[in-house]
Amino acid sequence: MASQQASLPRFELKDASGALRKFPTGRVTLLCFVKEDCPTCVMTMPLIEAAHCAFESRANVFSIGQERDGNLKLIERHRLTVPMLDDSALMVSYANDIEIVPTMVLADADGKQLTRFEGFDRADWQRVLDQLARLTGSAVPAIDWASYPKSRPGCGSKSVEPEIAERLAAQASGSRLTARQIELGSAQDEFEFMFDRGLTDGLPVVTPTPERVVRMLAGTRRDPREIVATVPPNLAPVTIEKTAVNAVMAGCKPEYLPTVIAVIEAICTPEFNIHGVMATTWGATPVIVINGPIRKRLGMNMGMMALGYGTRANATIGRAVKLVLRNMGGAKPGEIERSTLGAIGKFTTCFAEWEERSPWEPLHVERGFQPQESVVTVFGLEAGSRQIADQLSRTAHALVGSLGLGLEACWHPKQHGAGEVLLIVSPEHADTIARDGWSKAQVRGRIQQITARPLRELLPDEESGEGVPLKALGLTNPTAEQLSQRVAKFRKPEYINIIVAGGEAGKFSAVFGGWVSGPMGSSSVSRRIEEVP
Amino acid sequence: MTRIVDPTDERVPLRRTLAPRPSKLSGTVAILDIAKPRGDVLLDRLEEHLRDRLAGVEIKRFRKPTFTKPAPDELRRQIAGQSDFIIEGLAD
Repeated sequence: MASQQASLPRFELKDASGALRKFPTGRVTLLCFVKEDCPTCVMTMPLIEAAHCAFESRANVFSIGQERDGNLKLIERHRLTVPMLDDSALMVSYANDIEIVPTMVLADADGKQLTRFEGFDRADWQRVLDQLARLTGSAVPAIDWASYPKSRPGCGSKSVEPEIAERLAAQASGSRLTARQIELGSAQDEFEFMFDRGLTDGLPVVTPTPERVVRMLAGTRRDPREIVATVPPNLAPVTIEKTAVNAVMAGCKPEYLPTVIAVIEAICTPEFNIHGVMATTWGATPVIVINGPIRKRLGMNMGMMALGYGTRANATIGRAVKLVLRNMGGAKPGEIERSTLGAIGKFTTCFAEWEERSPWEPLHVERGFQPQESVVTVFGLEAGSRQIADQLSRTAHALVGSLGLGLEACWHPKQHGAGEVLLIVSPEHADTIARDGWSKAQVRGRIQQITARPLRELLPDEESGEGVPLKALGLTNPTAEQLSQRVAKFRKPEYINIIVAGGEAGKFSAVFGGWVSGPMGSSSVSRRIEEVP
Repeated sequence: MTRIVDPTDERVPLRRTLAPRPSKLSGTVAILDIAKPRGDVLLDRLEEHLRDRLAGVEIKRFRKPTFTKPAPDELRRQIAGQSDFIIEGLAD
């Protein structure tokens, strides 16, 4: 039996005659939460009635029933005179955290809790009746205690049944939701409504009902009102709640939410510059790579079809991020999102690294995190990968040479001194490289070596007007020696980011080409993901 | 009946009125280059023409550090403080 001085929630409920009963009552009150289909409640009803009869002149006893029809049955079956309050909406049960019925709560005149117990326990009942007698100066009613068992467990309260609990959580006053809610007419098709309002990415979205949003918020420990980031281009303050709403729409499970939040935080840093990534006429997008234990917990795909489709976590985490950018940030195609062509990866580009299949340390460890940490890394890259085939090379030297030639095509083969790319090495290719024991640094070195070309081959000319502009190199009249100097494809070897993913079969790797890298554009950013067990 | 939680930004956008349009061009004209390749080619020609036609007008050139990001606050303050008109070439 718990005994403490907590203030109980105020309420008003109608009794079976339709009269409004208010709590606190100004008198000592015993609240009895019951439901008809619980045998322990049925067994307890005569005691509740007896308490009412014994103390009604100086105290209130309220039976609070959880089903309207059940309440009537109880009244009839037990010929009750105790007021039976209708809590079929379950709001009072919810507000009082009733998990088990019967639950008895004794309160003082101001509504402060004096005693509370669950199920049936003879000693608890004897104590509460003694307490009521003492408080009211009345006699303890005579009960045939021998006809009652010593104790009997109760049943689950209706207010904690899964579907109902979520509805109640969403409805409860002081609910955790603070965002505006829109009520649709009964004839209105919710999917069409969301299309018409421009809330989708062109595919249908899951309707973000308050129940679903509340369920989504269970995925994080963070306060729904907490601001995750200020999201460009409109510089909108995005809360955990707004992130959850868009995550529901994208089809996320609650356990994906911390990853979505970490991505939003990462892309809204000045280094990442999501404003530019979204606004550019080039087809860029946040390319999201997940590392660490969370990959497995969320069921992320890092094997066959890792960069493709068919896995919920991959598909919906990236999509949620894009919906936040669209609905909160205001980045919409034709408005501030202005890619000439776009690419299909603008819907979602999110996958995990197959760390266990890689001969190298995983991306997040390379970037200073512990292996057991779960981390997102975001890159501002092309919104779609391109594959590089090499089925014939049998040495690391030859194979990485091929990969380098493949990478040279990024942006334009003659654009050298380029920025970040993400090379995804398939397991079969990784095996070939690992057989020769090559480190990532050796891979990067070989790519820089095979792609290094004399400047004269890279100048814009009549055959191809694109290339390295002399002005960018600070040269006006280059000497023959300067024109012979070799320029590698990448400005720095570290701009070649390398991870392992993909199916066991297939000597094909892939690359996400870049955009503008470094302080003048976007730099990749890593962020640890909140672990919610 | 379905209720949905609003996924959008609930702030009401600020309404700003345009500055009054002067009837004649005088004072300082700012030309902002957003730093896109070859943007300067166009803006140089524009400056030439303006100088030819508007003898009494001062022209000041400004340049964003990169076209990929909004202009830094300091640059915006500088332009607003030093000029009466601005010509900005947007990307591409």
